[in-house]
Amino acid sequence: MADVKKIATRDSYGKALTELGAEHDNLVVLDADLAGATKTAVFKKAFPDRHFDCGIAEANMVCVAAGLSTTGLVPFASSFAMFAAGRAFEQVRNSIGYPHLNVKIGATHGGISVGEDGASHQCCEDFALMRSIPGMVVMSPADDVEARAMVKAAYEYEGPVYMRFGRAAVPVVHEEGAPFQIGKGEILRDGSDIAIIANGLMVYEALVAAEELAKDGINAMVINMATIKPLDEELVLAAAKKCGKIVTCEEHSVIGGLGEAVCSVLAEKQPTLVKRIGVNDEFGHSGPAAALLKQFGLSAEHIVEVVKSMV
Amino acid sequence: MTNNEKKQLQITACKVRMGVIESTHGAKAGHPGGSLSAADLFTYLYFKEMNVDPQNPKWEDRDRFVLSKGHTAPGLYAALANRGFFPVEDLPKLRHIDSYLQGHPNMNTVPGVDMSTGSLGQGISCAAGMALGLKHQGKSARVYTLLGDGEIQEGQVWEAMMLASHYKLDNFCVIIDNNGLQIDGNVADVMSPYPIGDKLAAFGFYVLHIDGHNFDQIESALNEAKTVKGQPTAIIMKTVKGKDVSFMENNAGWHGKAPNDAEYEQAMNELKAILAELEGK
Repeated sequence: MADVKKIATRDSYGKALTELGAEHDNLVVLDADLAGATKTAVFKKAFPDRHFDCGIAEANMVCVAAGLSTTGLVPFASSFAMFAAGRAFEQVRNSIGYPHLNVKIGATHGGISVGEDGASHQCCEDFALMRSIPGMVVMSPADDVEARAMVKAAYEYEGPVYMRFGRAAVPVVHEEGAPFQIGKGEILRDGSDIAIIANGLMVYEALVAAEELAKDGINAMVINMATIKPLDEELVLAAAKKCGKIVTCEEHSVIGGLGEAVCSVLAEKQPTLVKRIGVNDEFGHSGPAAALLKQFGLSAEHIVEVVKSMV
Repeated sequence: MTNNEKKQLQITACKVRMGVIESTHGAKAGHPGGSLSAADLFTYLYFKEMNVDPQNPKWEDRDRFVLSKGHTAPGLYAALANRGFFPVEDLPKLRHIDSYLQGHPNMNTVPGVDMSTGSLGQGISCAAGMALGLKHQGKSARVYTLLGDGEIQEGQVWEAMMLASHYKLDNFCVIIDNNGLQIDGNVADVMSPYPIGDKLAAFGFYVLHIDGHNFDQIESALNEAKTVKGQPTAIIMKTVKGKDVSFMENNAGWHGKAPNDAEYEQAMNELKAILAELEGK
């Protein structure tokens, strides 16, 4: 996997919005003075009259999106994960979640791979926050192909959706045109000794780790769980039954994200040993994304270590 | 409007106030004070101003109303019920378990409610989004939203004001219920929002000041708002919290408290006397 193409999923977001915008007049985009960074500027260039900059006022933006959706438009409200899910949490809960409105939240710059900006901008709590809202779909794509397919699926889906995209370029693991379905995980590599359930940029790391493990005769299943809610419980249970041990990997706090979602299902339906790889209840800090990911254990090497401690 | 029209509106407003007392008494909870202060506005909007169809509450070309001060749902519900969106007899089921009349407006359970609100400061943003969406699609429908004078202490309100002005939402009308009281006391003492009109003008609004219990003034302000182009309108209406129930008037204690049985009797008797006089009985 040495020469894989790398693309930031925020670029995929901007590209997919622009492609969808050409097909659907009712798609509108909102941003909060971050269009250059969230890549909605690409959409704005193509469809200036359907891009509404709300200024640095995320709480208002989220509610404006709610209002727009009641007039038959399909708004994609965009900002950094920290502000879309964090600052505007209560607005998302009360004005989008509670009335179950057809608003899509495109949150870029999720996780610590934000890098140099440091902890104030490294949101590792968004899955937890958004998962806690009834009826909210919460997703995080592994790569460019999946991100673009996800944005299109979100448009087709009727109801509130939260999507998290990344700042840093990440390897493309899917073939162009790979199918995507909300709420369905996918087995990227079959195995029987342990199942690694990952999402976001950790999917590639999990695949690399599985190759390493294979050299030592450990046969790891790798599951891409792009949808955190609703979780593909059937796949989680099948993986637990087949492998008996599970490692979850996410660029998110170990509190409230994919790991806890998986643990909740297994605790009640199929008690299984699980280890969670994620940010261990601490804040990030400034540094290059790659160095931070390594330092926080969000790497293939760390996955290999954890797996070896379990099998 | 003719004197007869005005009298009919006054009669309806009195029935709306009775609905507020019936529902908060039935709920043993709720917010009568600010529902009564806004009762005349609710009445004018739903019985004279807004293009709505009780038989088709989700009609896409309707005018919209967002109760940003969502806690005064009893007033909105009473107006909607009297307008025919649902039975007036249901009002006492307010806040009961399994009732569709939720404590704060729920757009998915209450016919005629255009937005779920209750968390202060959010309704105006949602309403601005509606106005933006309607304008973007070239629709002529208008959007009205009602805020409390305490509510405008929420910072988000001013984010929404900026947006409404920036996008020149001349189909958008913000109304402030300036009854002067909030839970902890006088708005001027708790956290003064004054001068409200100057602030709104500075944010780019066309500002009007009226007596919120005078139907002639309500009518002329709402008509004037429709002639304003290129900017949103704000109507600051001076009102009396608890209006027309003597012991509730100008009393912050009636912000969020239901009348007990004796208070209910007294309030209803006072309102019935007003109604009888209006109906010339």
